[in-house]
Order: sequence, then structure tokens, then C-alpha cells
Amino acid sequence: MRSRIYLPLLIFIAALIGVQQITSYTGTAYYLTQLTMAAYYCLVIVGLCLMIGYAGQISLGHAGFFAIGGYLSAFLTTYDLTPMKDDRIISFLAKAGFLWTREDLYGGQMLIFQPWAACIAAVLSAVLIAYVIGGPVLKLKGHYLAMATLGFGTIVYRIVLGMTALGGADGLSDVPPFKILPFLEVSGEMSDRVQNYYIAWGLVVVAVFLSLNLIHSRIGRALRSIHGAEDAANAMGIDTARYKLYTFVLSAAFASVAGVFLTHYNGGIGPSEASIMKSVRYVAIVAVGGMANLWGAVVMGTLLNFLSLRGYFGTYDDAVFGAILIVIMLFVPRGLLHMDIVRDLKALLSGRDEEAV
Amino acid sequence: MRLLDVRGLSKRFGGLQAVSGVSFGVSEGAIKALIGPNGAGKTTLFNLISGFLTPDTGAVLFHERPIQGLRPYEIARRGIARTFQHIRLFPKMTSIENVMIGRHLHGKTGFVSAMLGLPGIWREDRGAKERSLEVMEFLGISGLADQEATSLSYGQQRLVELARALACEPGLLLLDEPAAGLNMRETAEMASMISKVRDKGIAILIVEHDMSLVMNISDEIVVLNYGEKVADDTPLAVQKHKEVVRIYLGEEE
Repeated sequence: MRSRIYLPLLIFIAALIGVQQITSYTGTAYYLTQLTMAAYYCLVIVGLCLMIGYAGQISLGHAGFFAIGGYLSAFLTTYDLTPMKDDRIISFLAKAGFLWTREDLYGGQMLIFQPWAACIAAVLSAVLIAYVIGGPVLKLKGHYLAMATLGFGTIVYRIVLGMTALGGADGLSDVPPFKILPFLEVSGEMSDRVQNYYIAWGLVVVAVFLSLNLIHSRIGRALRSIHGAEDAANAMGIDTARYKLYTFVLSAAFASVAGVFLTHYNGGIGPSEASIMKSVRYVAIVAVGGMANLWGAVVMGTLLNFLSLRGYFGTYDDAVFGAILIVIMLFVPRGLLHMDIVRDLKALLSGRDEEAV
Repeated sequence: MRLLDVRGLSKRFGGLQAVSGVSFGVSEGAIKALIGPNGAGKTTLFNLISGFLTPDTGAVLFHERPIQGLRPYEIARRGIARTFQHIRLFPKMTSIENVMIGRHLHGKTGFVSAMLGLPGIWREDRGAKERSLEVMEFLGISGLADQEATSLSYGQQRLVELARALACEPGLLLLDEPAAGLNMRETAEMASMISKVRDKGIAILIVEHDMSLVMNISDEIVVLNYGEKVADDTPLAVQKHKEVVRIYLGEEE
């Protein structure tokens, strides 16, 4: 049983290495840039797939968690603390090794947070916020849950757009590279392109590994039962509220990690990352992938984000994802990568009503 | 000894007194039936005991400890499992997976250890699967293990739901109209299953409209009417009870 679960993961890893090799032999290594960015969006989608597909809880606010991660790490690693360096807390942080000095664009010295410290602070904040809002919000069901999470996403969007400290409409830029290990650095440098491809996809592989374990466990079964009949699951001794909350927090953690890393990779973050259309896009991709289909979400997440980032959808980018969501919901509610896709198509062509998911 | 002790339980919905001051007990290993006309408050009483509703007043003691006001999952963990009047199986899951949900409260694997895929988890899961199969075997439905639960016939779904509740290894089983929608043969089969479950030492509280089923298998019967207890006695005594006869057959001219 175990090998059957991990085999696709091995194929996936082989495919990732294969793609990188092909781009290097064919001189198309520039594709790696968009593939790296697509990987970070995939990370959000993997978490959201657990939330929507398995636990059966919609979230239209996950761009918010991505933005919390990205903006917090961007802010902490660019905000100069030099004027406050005599402050007790700041000097304590400096002594504890959380701060470092860096040259700014004009050659001046800046006292800023270490990317590691900023990353941990950003992810912990996102997790804490998810935990606090998840408690009350996840009591809601269906449309009401969608509205509440949409509200959360909107709040985050308006905050990052409105706060001058976060750069307003320009966002934050000049975010330093993130040295994970002495030889591994998240940065947009051309020379680091290959290693960044592997860092990003390595994170996705880890997230998929953790998620696969989860969905094939006692907990994953419990999540599916909550999706199917929440009251019955509760009557079987499952603390449904707690499991929903944990899944929400986990998916928020994945989203915020993605936000942190992509921000360091791009060297900045803008308010569009927090926009509602981003959240809708994530949900659309989970739907195209087939909701309770982790691999479907990963494959479609890679493909659609890559096409979008390469600019194939042009100015209609957001419209494309909106249209995808409508078409999928109407015609193939079980997603494009479902085992029974042939049967679904036949049913569709013969004009029979599809069973709604 | 009383396993379940219901004391003066009341529940009001707006202007409707659904259950008012009902008291009764269920002894260890006994089958107790709850009957009464539609709207008598049977299902409300069930929901009060299983934690789906919180009583306005009164107490529910299980193993002499109060359980009223606890959440359904907490009550399940104390050892009370239930089935539903309208079958509530988990769709898109096989029968065995449905029954394994009943084993959930006997598992220990947490969120984090499940994600890390530690070796002990797989062993625990295999154990849960074996135990679930045993329960299905006991009810004679192990052949349905790998079929999608919601695609089964109505009677089979009832048995899968019973298996799921039994997999919890409860001390008390609440059955909400287990024969509803079943034909005569299936009802007889269900009756023998329920007796078999009782023979394992599990006490059963059952709400049922099928009088032959109730009279055949019950040790004691509680009769409810307009939320109030009318009778609480053996099947024979209840059948002769004046008030019960009046409720079911109407006034004598």
C-alpha cells in the first residue's frame, strides 16, 4: 500500500529533474524562472486542496495568507532599524543574532532582520492568524464560509494596499536573498536559477509527501468523513471542529511559506499577490485538478501557473481563471484529471445531467 | 444496574415543548425501545442523549456520570454510538472505510505524526482495518467491504451504518428507526442482528415504528406522547396499558 502511494511521488521527482535537464540541453533554461514561481503557487494549492478537496471546507482567502507571509518577511528584511538600535528590544534582538547589517542601494548601512528570523516570524504570524480566525469562521458552512474567508482576504488586501509602511500600490522591493544554507540561496540571480528551481520544487515535494501521508491516514479518512457528513463524523467521536481548524492552519502555513520564499525569489512583493482574484485562481486550480485529487491539483497548478506566468493568457489572465472555474463547475465538477473523465465526457455528450459534487 | 439514566429531561423549541420531564433508564445489556406517535419527541430525546441537542433542564447519566451538554464526539468517546433515522453514510468512501471511521476513537495517530508517516501509524491502521472487517463479518456484510457505501441497497446501507456504530465498541447503542424503509425480510434480518448485538453485552436504546420488531426484541418499552412519558414497562404490560391503547387506537366509543 505504501509503495503505491509513494510511486507517483518518485515519478514526479524524476519528471522535475527531467524537465530541468531538458531545459539545460535545449538552451531554454529561462523557462526555469516561471517554473520556479509556479512551484511556489503550487505549494499554496497543495494546502488548499487538503482544505477544499479533503476536509470539504472552502477558503476564498488564501491569497491573504500568502501575502501575510510574503509581506511580513519583506518588511522585516527591508525595514531599517538603525534609528532604533539603542532600543532595548532591538539591541536584544541584535545580540540574539536575529538582526544583521546590509548595504542598501546607495551604500548606506541598514540594520535589518535576518531572512531566517523574518521567515519564522512571518510563518508563525500567518499560522497564529489562521488559528484565531479559523476557530469562529470554520463554524460556518457553504456560502457563509466562502463569504467569511472572502472577507478575510479583502481585509488583508486593503491593509497591504493602504499601509504606507508596506509600500501601498507599489509593494515592497529590494528584498535581500534568503540564504537557507551556506550553499543554498533563494534569490533571483541568473546564476542561482537551477538551484532555485530545486529549492522551490523541493518544498513542493516535501509538502506533497506530508499531504500524501496525511490523506492516507486515520486523520485523512476522518477529514473525508467530515466532508461527506459532518454530523455523522461527530457522532463517531471525531472532533470535527478541531480537524477542520488544523487543516485550515496547515494550509495557511503552506501558503505563507510560499509567500516568504517567492518574495525572496522575486526580490519583492506587490498588493496583487493579496488580491481576491489570486484566491479565486487558487480555488479554480484545485477545482480543475478534481478537488479531492492532490496530484490533479499539483499538475494543473504547474501547468496553468506556468502558462499564466509566461503570459499566454495576456491581459485576460484573471478572466481565464474565472472562466475556468465556471466551466469546471458546470461541466466537469470532478475535475479534468479524474479517472472517469472518459465516462464523464460521454455522459456530457449524451446530454445526461452530471451529478454535482 | 442502570447504564443510562435519564432524569427529568426537557427541551422546548419556541412554543413547542418537544420533551417535557422525561425520566427512564436503560440497564446493562438490555434492549429498551422508545415508541410513540409522530411528533411525540422520540428523535428529540435521542438527540438530547447523543449530544446533538442540549437539554433545557434535566440530566443524562451514563455510567453514573453526567453527559448532558457534552458535544456529540465527547459522548461517542464515553461509549455511546448511534445510527441515524435518515442514513448518514459517508459518500465516496467504501463500506470498510465507513466502518473504519467507527474505529477512529480507538486510534491514537495525531495530525503531525500522520503527516510524517511514522511506521507505527500503518500498523495501527492495519489493526483498525482488521477490527472493522471483523465487525462486518459479524453482521454478515464483509463481502461489501470494498464497495462504495452509498451505492449499496437501502438494507445493506442500514447494516453498514450499524457496523460503523458497532466499530466504536460502545456500551450503549442508539438506533434511530433501524427498520425504516426496509421490507419485511430485511426487517426480520435487522431484528436478529439487533438481538445478536445485545448478546454481545451491548445495551440498546431503539426508536422504532415497526411494532412487531419492537415487541419481539425489547426487554422494556417507554411510550411517549406529546413529549411526555406515558408508560415504561415490559412489552406485554405496555400492550395492555390503557393510555397506550388509547393513544394508538383512539378512544373507545
